[in-house]
Amino acid sequence: MKEMLTGNAAAAWGVRLADVDYLPTYPITPQTEIIETLARWICDGVMDATFVTLDSEHSMITAAGAASATGVRVFTATSSQGLLYGFEMLYTVAGWRVPLVMVNVSRALSSPITLEADHNDILATRDSGFLQIHCETCQEVLDSILIAYRLAEDKRVLLPVLVNMDGFLLSFTREPVEIPDIKDVKRFLPPYQPEHAFFKASQPMAQGVAALGGPVYSYFKYQMHLASMNALDVYKEVSGEFGKIFGRKYDTVDGCMMDDAVCVLVMTNSFSTLGKAAVMKARAKGIKAGLLRLRVLRPFPEADIRGAIKMTRAVAVLDQNVSVGKGGILYSEISSALYHEKERPLLLSFIGGLGGKNISSEEFEFIFDAMIHAVDTGKVPAPRLLYTEEEWKQMEGLKKMAGKQ
Amino acid sequence: MNQNTSFKRYLKMDLLPTPWCPGCGNGIVLKTICQAFDELNLPKNGTVVVSGIGCSGRSAGYFDLDSVHTAHGRAIPVAEGIKYAIDALNVIVASGDGDLLGIGGNHLLHAIRRNTNITVVCYANETYGMTGGQVSPTTPHNIKTLTTPNGNPDYPLDVQFLFKHSGCYFARSTVYHLNHLKKCIVEALKFQGFSFVEARTMCIVNYGRRLGYKNSNEMLLHYKEFYKINDDAGELAPNEIGIIKTNTLIKS
Ligand SMILES: Cc1ncc(C[n+]2csc(CCOP(=O)(O)OP(=O)(O)O)c2C)c(N)n1
Repeated sequence: MKEMLTGNAAAAWGVRLADVDYLPTYPITPQTEIIETLARWICDGVMDATFVTLDSEHSMITAAGAASATGVRVFTATSSQGLLYGFEMLYTVAGWRVPLVMVNVSRALSSPITLEADHNDILATRDSGFLQIHCETCQEVLDSILIAYRLAEDKRVLLPVLVNMDGFLLSFTREPVEIPDIKDVKRFLPPYQPEHAFFKASQPMAQGVAALGGPVYSYFKYQMHLASMNALDVYKEVSGEFGKIFGRKYDTVDGCMMDDAVCVLVMTNSFSTLGKAAVMKARAKGIKAGLLRLRVLRPFPEADIRGAIKMTRAVAVLDQNVSVGKGGILYSEISSALYHEKERPLLLSFIGGLGGKNISSEEFEFIFDAMIHAVDTGKVPAPRLLYTEEEWKQMEGLKKMAGKQ
Repeated sequence: MNQNTSFKRYLKMDLLPTPWCPGCGNGIVLKTICQAFDELNLPKNGTVVVSGIGCSGRSAGYFDLDSVHTAHGRAIPVAEGIKYAIDALNVIVASGDGDLLGIGGNHLLHAIRRNTNITVVCYANETYGMTGGQVSPTTPHNIKTLTTPNGNPDYPLDVQFLFKHSGCYFARSTVYHLNHLKKCIVEALKFQGFSFVEARTMCIVNYGRRLGYKNSNEMLLHYKEFYKINDDAGELAPNEIGIIKTNTLIKS
C-alpha cells in the first residue's frame, strides 16, 4: 500500500507496525505530529499501546528507558531543545543497555532560538551510546524504525537507537511511502523477547548500580563500545534481511554516482537530495562528481566510508553543524577515517545549512569548483562557512535596524 | 474607561501587532502588565522581563525594557539569576502555564521556598498553545486535545496550593476582569518576596475552538459569568478569582 506521508507520519507508521507497547511523550515542533498521530490511532483503536504525556523530555526519556528495561517495546520522539533537555538520560539509558528506539527530528539549537533544521542537536548525542541512523526520505524513516528495533534488540548489540530526520524539510514534506504489509513486518520483526534486560517475578535484577572504581566503570564502557562496534556487522545482516523481505536496501552509506567519481560530496539527511541534484548538474558539465551520504553514523562505518572515497581525488564534507572552535564535526570524523591511507583524496570542509539555511545550486557549484581547483593545484583551501552575498545584504539590513553596524 | 495611554511607553510599539492569533487573550495580559508598570511608574532602566518558551513566551521581546527570552521552563531561574546579581532591579517573569508549571515546575517550587523577590505573571490558557494545542498540566480532566483525543485522563494542577503557608503572594484573575487583573499585578509588584499572578486567558484557535466555543468572545463571556471575585480568601474555589491574603509562613 502506497500513501503520501510526511516524514512524521511515516515515523508514526513505523511505530504502529513495530507493535510498540508504551509511548511516553512530550510535544515539540517539528516532532509533535508523530505523537499526535499515534495518540489518534490509539484513540481510534487501530493501535494498542499505552500513551502517556510526561512533563518534560527529561522525564520522558527516563520513563522510556525504564519501561524498556522491564522488557516491553518502547518508542519516543523529540527534537532539538528536547533532546538536549533529556541529554543526561541518554547516557544513562544507553548504559542500561535497553533497546529503546527514539526519533529525533533535527532542529537547530538555541540560542538564538530557531525552528529549522541543522544537525548540532543529534550530533551532540553521538558519544552517548545510542546508535544513530540518519534519513533522507520519508520511506527511509519508516523503514529505519523497523530496522532500528531489530538492531537494538539483537543480543549482540542491546543499545538504544536514534533515528534522525530533518525538521520541516522531511518532517513536514509529503512523499509517496510504501507502507509494508504487517505480515511481512511480523516476519522481519517478531515480538520482543528480552533475554537480558527485563523485570520478572522471582528473578530480581538491579539496574543502574554504582560502579565505583575505574576498572569496573571502564569495563562497562568498553562493553558498550564493543557492542556498538558489533552493531556494524549486525546492521548489515539486518538490513540485508530487510532488503530481501521488502525489496529496499539500506547500506551504512548511500552512494550516488560513486563508481567513477573523482570529486565527491559527503552529506547526511535530507539536504543530500539537493546535493544529488547538484551532482547531476556537475556531471552534465563533465565533472566526474559523486555524493556519499552517511546513513549510519554510530557506529561509524569507517571501512565503508574509506572504501567508497579513498580512490577519489577530492572530497568535500558539507557539515550542517558547527563544533564551535573546531569546525565541521563530520569533516573531523572523515579525516580520521582516512588518516592511515597512503593514497587518499584531498579533503575540503564546508559548513552550511545551519538553522535550515538553504544551500543554493550556486553554492554547490562553488564547492565542486573548489574541489577541482584543489585537485589542479594540490592545495586544500581553508574550511569555508557558506553565506551568499544576498544573505549578507539582508543581515546588514537587520543590523542597521538593530542599530549595530 | 481609562483612556490613559502612557502604559505604551513600556512597549515596543513599532513591533506591533504581536504574533498572537486573532482572539488570543495574551495581548490583554501584556497590556495589563504594562498598565500595572505604569501605575507604579516603574523605571524603564530598572525593570527586566523574562519569558520562557510558548506563545506567551513571546511577551518578553515586546517590552521596551531589558528582556530575556530563554529556554522552555527556565524563565524563573533566569529571573532569579538577574535578581540575585542586581537586587535593585524589578524582575518580572511573563510566561505560560505549561512553561511555568510543567517543564519548569521544579523551579517554581524552589523560588517559592526561597521567596525570591520577583513577580511572575502566568498566562494560564490550559494548553500548550504554541505547539498546536496538546494536553498541558493545567488542562482539565476529560478535555479532548490533540494528545488526548479520548479526553484527558489526568487532573489539572491547581497552582494556588503550591503557595500554601509559603509566605509568598498568590493571585488569580482573568482577562475579562481588567481592573481586577491590574490590581492583582500591581499588588504583586509591590509585594516584597515571591509573587505569582495566574492570569486566565483564552486560546481560541488551538484550544477553545475544539471545546465548542464559537469565538473568543464566548470564552471571555464564560470568564465573566463563571468567575466571582473574592479578594479575602484563604483558598480560591474553582470559580473564584482573587488575592490570597492568609499566606503567612508557618515557622517551626
Ligand atoms: C525543552 C523543550 N521542550 C519542548 C519544547 C516545545 N514547546 C514549545 S512551546 C511549548 C508549550 C508552551 O506552552 P505554554 O507554556 O502553556 O505556553 P502557550 O504557548 O500556551 O502560551 C512546548 C512544549 C521546547 N521549546 N523546548
